[in-house]
Amino acid sequence: MGGWQGFGPVIQEPDEPVFHGEWEERVLALNLSAGGGRWNIDMGRFARENTPPADYLARSYYEMWLYGLEKLVVEKGMVEANELSAARTGAHFEAVAEPGLPAARVERAMRSGGSTRVDEDIAPEFAVGQRVRASVDAPPTHTRCPRYVRGRSGVIERDHGVFIFPDTHAHGKGLKPQHVYAVRFEAEELWGTANQGGAVYVDLWDDYLELA
Amino acid sequence: MAPHNPSHDHDHDHEHGESSELSDIELRVRALESLLTEKGYVETAALDALVQYHEEKIGPRNGAQVIAKAWDDPEYKAWLLSDDASAAIASVGFEGRQGEDMVVLENTADVHNVVVCTLCSCYPWPVLGLPPVWYKSAPYRSRIVSEPRSVLAEFGTDLAADVDLRVWDSTAELRYLVLPMRPEGTEGWSQEQLAEIVTRNSMIGTEVVVTP
Repeated sequence: MGGWQGFGPVIQEPDEPVFHGEWEERVLALNLSAGGGRWNIDMGRFARENTPPADYLARSYYEMWLYGLEKLVVEKGMVEANELSAARTGAHFEAVAEPGLPAARVERAMRSGGSTRVDEDIAPEFAVGQRVRASVDAPPTHTRCPRYVRGRSGVIERDHGVFIFPDTHAHGKGLKPQHVYAVRFEAEELWGTANQGGAVYVDLWDDYLELA
Repeated sequence: MAPHNPSHDHDHDHEHGESSELSDIELRVRALESLLTEKGYVETAALDALVQYHEEKIGPRNGAQVIAKAWDDPEYKAWLLSDDASAAIASVGFEGRQGEDMVVLENTADVHNVVVCTLCSCYPWPVLGLPPVWYKSAPYRSRIVSEPRSVLAEFGTDLAADVDLRVWDSTAELRYLVLPMRPEGTEGWSQEQLAEIVTRNSMIGTEVVVTP
């Protein structure tokens, strides 16, 4: 959403609670425990975000997570689509699986997380200090290159190391590990004469970049 | 709660008496939870444990401890600013999901860092907890990259014109924590006293730390 205009002021809620309703906390908990390894974080994001823009903007944050999870459990064959609607009218179901995350393992699972760093000695395409350009090739599938940097040039500021590539990982096409860099884009390069100075640092994978 | 206005962003809380809208969502979530629980994919005790973990075990008080220690202990600060930040933070007891690969950014008189996720809501959960609604909102995600000074001014933060204002877009799995400048007048304070004045917004970078 970077650079999209017309959204107005940032509104803060004083003493904001962690959750604004019990349904929100249940949605989060379901998302964190239902998968049992059937999907990865990139698949999860794609399920939430691959949505018509008008719907995306109209949804609250946890609504997005709810609809994304409904999509995932059907896609992964855990439930049938008609079972989702049947459940809403009070139907009951037989057990077919074991919990992916038992209660006793919750704290340990949260504290170990799931790094996407890959311990492979892969050579970087670029070096710190080089000027690069973000590709204009925007795939219809999952990607983490923001639109506002496509075609823009910046400088490699940091090499973060080797990570899983979300564009392939989200679609079951492999890890394709490669370097991720923090690339510094000057404000004027991105926004033109209306820029407010400074720079935007964007974390970009090798495959998103070319020499400028 | 902020008043309803036509340009409200999609994270605006729907709890303003429109009971049909609210109960539709609650029904839908309850149905999904029943479905997944009865089929065996999730267990209720795990859901409860996950909610409790995200309400109580993680939050900005964690990050404040890290910051206070860095202010007080130059060796720890150096460790935090190295590329071994995750280990430095884990040594104080904070680690895990959405904080596996940490990068700490130091704010100085010359450089001010602020963090966003324009693509979704990426945020360093172990040290800051779950992100506030404003951080996930369309106004913040769209405007902080293109008009950072205007957005910071809405938070009451005005920077000198020659400060290098760096906006970090968390597009990959690196999670950023801002180390705010230690305010004047805190010489000799204990780490507990220092931690008390570190705010969540100062660790995102939208505000600076002030003495009360």
